[in-house]
Amino acid sequence: MPTLTINGRSLSVDAANDTPLLWAIREQLQMTGTKFGCGAGLCGACTVHVNGEAVRSCQTMVGDVAGKKITTIEGLAAKGDHPLQKAWIAEQVPQCGYCQSGQIMQAASLLAKNPNPTKEEVVAHMDGNLCRCMTYSRIQKAIMRAATEMRTASASGNERRPT
Amino acid sequence: MNKHMKTITPETSDLSRRSFLVGTAATGLVLGYAGVPGIDQALAAPSNFEPSVWYAIAPDGLVTVTCGKADMGQHIASTMAQIVAEELGAKWSDMRVALASNDPKFNDPVLGAQITGGSWSTMMNFDAMSRAGAAGRMALTEGAAAAMGVPASELVVRESMIAHPKSKKQMSFADIVKSGKATKTFTPDELKAIKLKTPDQYTMIGVSVPQLDIPSKTNGTAKYGIDVMIPGMAYGAVVTPPVRYGATVKSVDDSGAKKVPGFIKAVTLDDKTGTTTGWVVAVANTFASAKKAAEALKIAYDGGPNAKVSSQSLLDEAKRLQKLEDSGQFFVKDGDPNAAFGSAAKVLEAEYTTSINIHAPMEPMNATAEFKGDILHIYSGNQFATRSGAIAAGAAGIDPKFVVMHQMWLGGGFGRRLDADMMIPAVQAAKAIGKPVKVIYTRENDMTMDFSRPLTYQKVKAGVDGDGKLVALSHDVVSAWPTQRWGIPDFLSPSVDKKGPLDAFTVNGADFFYTVPNHHVRAIKNEMAHNATPSGQLRSVAPGWTFWAVESMIDEIAAAAGKDPAQFRIALLDGKGKNDGGAQRLRNTLLAAMGLSGYGTRQLPKGEGMGVACVSSQERATASWTACVAHVAVAASGEVTVKKLTVATDVGTQVHPDNIRAQVEGAALWGLSLALYEKATLKDGGIEQTNFDSYTPLRMSQMPEVAVAVIANGEKATGVGEPAVTVVAPAIGNAIFNASGARVRALPITAEAVKGAMKA
Repeated sequence: MPTLTINGRSLSVDAANDTPLLWAIREQLQMTGTKFGCGAGLCGACTVHVNGEAVRSCQTMVGDVAGKKITTIEGLAAKGDHPLQKAWIAEQVPQCGYCQSGQIMQAASLLAKNPNPTKEEVVAHMDGNLCRCMTYSRIQKAIMRAATEMRTASASGNERRPT
Repeated sequence: MNKHMKTITPETSDLSRRSFLVGTAATGLVLGYAGVPGIDQALAAPSNFEPSVWYAIAPDGLVTVTCGKADMGQHIASTMAQIVAEELGAKWSDMRVALASNDPKFNDPVLGAQITGGSWSTMMNFDAMSRAGAAGRMALTEGAAAAMGVPASELVVRESMIAHPKSKKQMSFADIVKSGKATKTFTPDELKAIKLKTPDQYTMIGVSVPQLDIPSKTNGTAKYGIDVMIPGMAYGAVVTPPVRYGATVKSVDDSGAKKVPGFIKAVTLDDKTGTTTGWVVAVANTFASAKKAAEALKIAYDGGPNAKVSSQSLLDEAKRLQKLEDSGQFFVKDGDPNAAFGSAAKVLEAEYTTSINIHAPMEPMNATAEFKGDILHIYSGNQFATRSGAIAAGAAGIDPKFVVMHQMWLGGGFGRRLDADMMIPAVQAAKAIGKPVKVIYTRENDMTMDFSRPLTYQKVKAGVDGDGKLVALSHDVVSAWPTQRWGIPDFLSPSVDKKGPLDAFTVNGADFFYTVPNHHVRAIKNEMAHNATPSGQLRSVAPGWTFWAVESMIDEIAAAAGKDPAQFRIALLDGKGKNDGGAQRLRNTLLAAMGLSGYGTRQLPKGEGMGVACVSSQERATASWTACVAHVAVAASGEVTVKKLTVATDVGTQVHPDNIRAQVEGAALWGLSLALYEKATLKDGGIEQTNFDSYTPLRMSQMPEVAVAVIANGEKATGVGEPAVTVVAPAIGNAIFNASGARVRALPITAEAVKGAMKA
């Protein structure tokens, strides 16, 4: 039985090594924030982090991530208050919301490496994530807002400012 | 199916053009607090209260509004709460929402059924929610007056508090509910007589309050149908045939599936509702195993009568039908266009087409079915609980009254979730194995078995007099009839020529607000398409194709008459006769879009152009007046770049300005996506596109600048989810013509078609 290190916890899952990580997360661990969209790595709804990199969990097999650090939307911030999550609320981004876990996880991997992205860099990084409600402009705004907050927070010694 | 529709005598309302659009006299629309745990004891006379319909106030003061509408991202639940809160006088942070079951008491007060579509929800529930809120305020005020021993008329309600300024006494809603003094009930007549606030008194309507569902959609906690977990449940993966509709299963060999660990059973559907044909569901202990088992099944099919049908054959059939003089039924029959063509100075004719389009919401179709005693529980995000419950019952072979539908947040709807196909394999698999089953479509199932926007063919003929005035227009619309497929007569409309009911949801929009003395619109059903590609309602439905034809043709006529296309439209929107009111609003909206975009104010670089379009989507009686100016650049290769879309829309009253902007922008981008990027094709009876590599909705990198202007002139609130979809494609087509001289008449627009249409 493979053991996954997920959101800081070690959990064993009753799944064969060739099971897509997506289904192990959703069904075995009952963390349903990570979504199934296409099963082919074409839409980004299932995006999670493996060792800090955004990956498509529908294309990642359980056997390939044993021992690696996996983060899902549920573990991005303990209280759901990652700067991106706060920015998503401030900009009122979600409509149906189904793709948004994946959008936020994809965006988080960008800001972790590039705290000051240009609009072009945001678009290039986010283009694999479909939003059928077409909330793209708000996604962009929220990423820029979160990036600003993260830069301000680190410049002023991690003090949170009201947004 | 008709018995599921409440039959109430239509009131004389501007919404009552069709018989199912009935009045606002909802019975049982009475505020009450029963059903809230613990409150029975707290209330002095709980028996005086009807069961809660639209909301309940708990002893802690939290107000939970039950939304009878499907929330698919339009934040309608939050909007209902906002309308209630305005009249109730509740603090926004006290408001909560719950999603209604299929209990008929949650039926739409105007439509008499549970259905979400047509951009109807706000306009048709505004009054009922306002009255429910006001009734609650009055009951609470009376209760507070009794508790404080002061006259009710001296009390002020604000932010969930009821204050008596003279004595400086006050009580919270929570205090009053706990006191049990709020006992007033209302008869329907009393509800009707309540004097509602006037717009100048609003403190909540018109404010962009934080949407109640959004936080849960940023942290993974919002529960969609696909997230439902029931103890002991199994999973089903469907195997759908290569033919969209009409195939039958000849044999199923499950020897390979039996080798998959966790495999339970393969169930061949016996679908007496006729929703699906030739489907098999593989059931296993996990979805991954169910999918593996599904892939291992060897199924032999009889392809059935549609196995050779293609997009080309549907189009050929449409053209054949249009040429027949006695085809179809008349939707509009004003004057005599054929006679007018004879005396016209100029006659133009053109054909416009749209391709098959797929809804593809991000959450693939899914449903969970559980039999508990006599009751069938269905967990699935759905837009039409009234009909879907009946279909689930049909799949189970039970009476619809034994079906309980548990509504979930919808991971996109766009009309797709008006259908109930996903419930059938869940029900029959659950029945076959004696356990709850969750069926999830793969994206491939979802795309190839979509109830798609039908392929359409339209022929428009126009006559212009010597002054360049449009004097005659005849418009034939050939398509599958998506709404007739429901089998609910109330959703059909009588034809003008009394040839039997027609599906107005294939021609809405063609009854435009331009003054044209001789105007015919014929709705022609393409039976071949209807059978081979069972069609559905895709965001904006008919106006998504009728305005493509109308607004392109108007542009062609303006060009032929040598007039500016915007000014030509303004002249046609003279507000004469039946067009009075609507035409003027549409004209003003067009002017707003022109102003905001800078239309006609500057010379554009070579290869760039602007195009206009204006629409009365969704229906004449429910229109949001919407106009678009598209700014495009066209390369010599025919490649089109949309630089900017400017959309103006007259919505009467804004409940939530920010949400309107979000909806209008999303709708406009849907319009762009359908105009340039989305195309499905049929070959050998099957949809060829199976995933987002071949069916390609707009991505972030393809998004132009979108400017939205909302006009709120104090008229009644209209819908905003769909109209902006319909205005974009013709605006882009007209901009391409303005930029390059190339006239395109087929959606989606391709570089090849643009290049081919350019003058050499």
